[in-house]
Amino acid sequence: MKNRRSRVLALAGACILAVGGLAACGAEETSAPSTGAAQTSSAAESGADQTSSVAGSAEAAALSGSIQMVGSTSMERFANALIEAFAVTYPDVNVTAEFVGSGAGIEAVINGTADVGNSSRNLEAEELEAGAVENIVAIDGIAVCVDPANTVTGLTKDQLTNIYNGTITNWSEVGGSDTPIIVIGREAGSGTRGAFEELLGLEDACVYANELDSTGAVMARVASTPGAIGYVSLDVLNDSVVALALDGVEPTVDNIKSGSYFLSRPFVMATNGEISQQSDLVQAWFDFVLGAEGQEIATSVGLITVE
Amino acid sequence: MNSQTHASVRESTILGNRKNKAVVETAAQIIFTICAFFAVLAVVSITLYMIISGTPAIFEVGLTEILFGTVWRPAAEDPQFGILYVILTSIIGTSMAILIGVPIGVLTAVFLAEVAPKKLAMIVKPAVELLAGIPSVIYGLLGVYLLNPLMYKIELAVFEGSATHQFTGGANLLSAVIVLAIMILPTVINISETSIKAVHPSLKAASLALGASHIQTIFKTMLPAAKSGIVTAIVLGVGRAIGEAMAITLVSGSSVNIPLPFNSVRFLTTAIVSEMGYSSGTHRQVLFTIGLVLFVFIMIINVVLNKILKKGANENER
Repeated sequence: MKNRRSRVLALAGACILAVGGLAACGAEETSAPSTGAAQTSSAAESGADQTSSVAGSAEAAALSGSIQMVGSTSMERFANALIEAFAVTYPDVNVTAEFVGSGAGIEAVINGTADVGNSSRNLEAEELEAGAVENIVAIDGIAVCVDPANTVTGLTKDQLTNIYNGTITNWSEVGGSDTPIIVIGREAGSGTRGAFEELLGLEDACVYANELDSTGAVMARVASTPGAIGYVSLDVLNDSVVALALDGVEPTVDNIKSGSYFLSRPFVMATNGEISQQSDLVQAWFDFVLGAEGQEIATSVGLITVE
Repeated sequence: MNSQTHASVRESTILGNRKNKAVVETAAQIIFTICAFFAVLAVVSITLYMIISGTPAIFEVGLTEILFGTVWRPAAEDPQFGILYVILTSIIGTSMAILIGVPIGVLTAVFLAEVAPKKLAMIVKPAVELLAGIPSVIYGLLGVYLLNPLMYKIELAVFEGSATHQFTGGANLLSAVIVLAIMILPTVINISETSIKAVHPSLKAASLALGASHIQTIFKTMLPAAKSGIVTAIVLGVGRAIGEAMAITLVSGSSVNIPLPFNSVRFLTTAIVSEMGYSSGTHRQVLFTIGLVLFVFIMIINVVLNKILKKGANENER
């Protein structure tokens, strides 16, 4: 009897631990996108700003209306984080966002159905001619990393493409030692994966050996596996892995800002005509996005700020 | 007179009078009913929720498309949601884990219940119970740091010079199976041991008296007598293995592939876990459908194995 009771206790303990484990991993998951926490913290900050500058809040309260935003799915996280923080400073302004694709967003701005068009690429010549103005609000940079023991220090765009589409399978083919390449990537739906595949023209053509569900997991796996290659957001890169130079360009913030590092893309909020010609509402939106708070949000979702 | 005093004594016990007693009885009955209702409520609401959130994608994508498609490209322009390999991985992975884990577990249970010297049993038993309490993420981490590098060495040796094999760095089906096999051990051991110990001593005594050796007695008399308990242990082991996500998401590589031992694979559970974060629209609905498939699987396994179990128990009685 006593034995049974201790077993029941042990089982109950196991259940509690298991539930705890689940809760822990749930927490991990929700913290991985990290926008939630970032949003609330920045929201709290802006709340503090508001109370400290009464004049500012009076001005903010005066603005009311709505802003229509349409565009890139890749910018969904960034845009939603911005909208949430914006709503704290300007409670009477209603920002609505649709995430349908970069091209559709710019088109909507040009034909006037939206105030702001989100695009995760530079605008094309005909779009600029049609009156759209390219306002870069943040830059998305991706680093390609390998384990520290790897002798390869750089790859060309072709080599990288061929590694990820499964044509090159051994490091000796790109000047390294005779080690199989272990291709590591993110899960379908991840923004980093979307950007990486899009920039290499490999949409859903990548042959992954491992598909991991967080940036941290990718780095840990690359660091611990000889011959592994993976991609992560530039801002989280650390010493446990080695970032490769691509086409001879090191992945640094400066190189990305100058545009010489190809694994990066601008996040554009296009307007029809210059920002100064827009309504007060849209101008307030851009003041916010390009201001300290908006750029802080950009950093919190893993982007590079624009100065 | 006499009985009256008895009655008054009974009425004035510390538990209160007869009226109070009746109230306590009904109250307790209501509380018990409510508690029992909670479990039913949970099962019903989970079932309903799984059906409600899992079915829209079936109509949108098509049941055969989902169940028998082999291409999983949920975020492509022209998305494909085939989870056949994922289902096969769960079936094969779980069966392999059972094939490895159950013999080890049952033999450990025999050791603990029959063979082990008391002092040794006192060391092994708490160790097994502790194993049950280790969170699954720890199993996963140990798998990543110990098992995967070892697997990678084996993989390099097995597929040396192979042009077609995609190297996974040790994150493969075998790693996941080994982790699962270890994880089901405590369940199998504890329940099997209890059922072996519950075998009536007269059976063992009779067998020994007939001249059978101790080992013969264990395998020919005690294990058959404990069969129903061991089947329960296997059912619970299957349940744990098929429902596990955290540990195997770390060691299995999580790419959708044919479940071969050295391929990186994705289980039903890890398919949900790994893509829930950023999925949207139909993709997300299909993830719920995967949940529904898993749910149906577990239901089927429970019902089928319970049938087998009951049949076995009836045969034992005969």
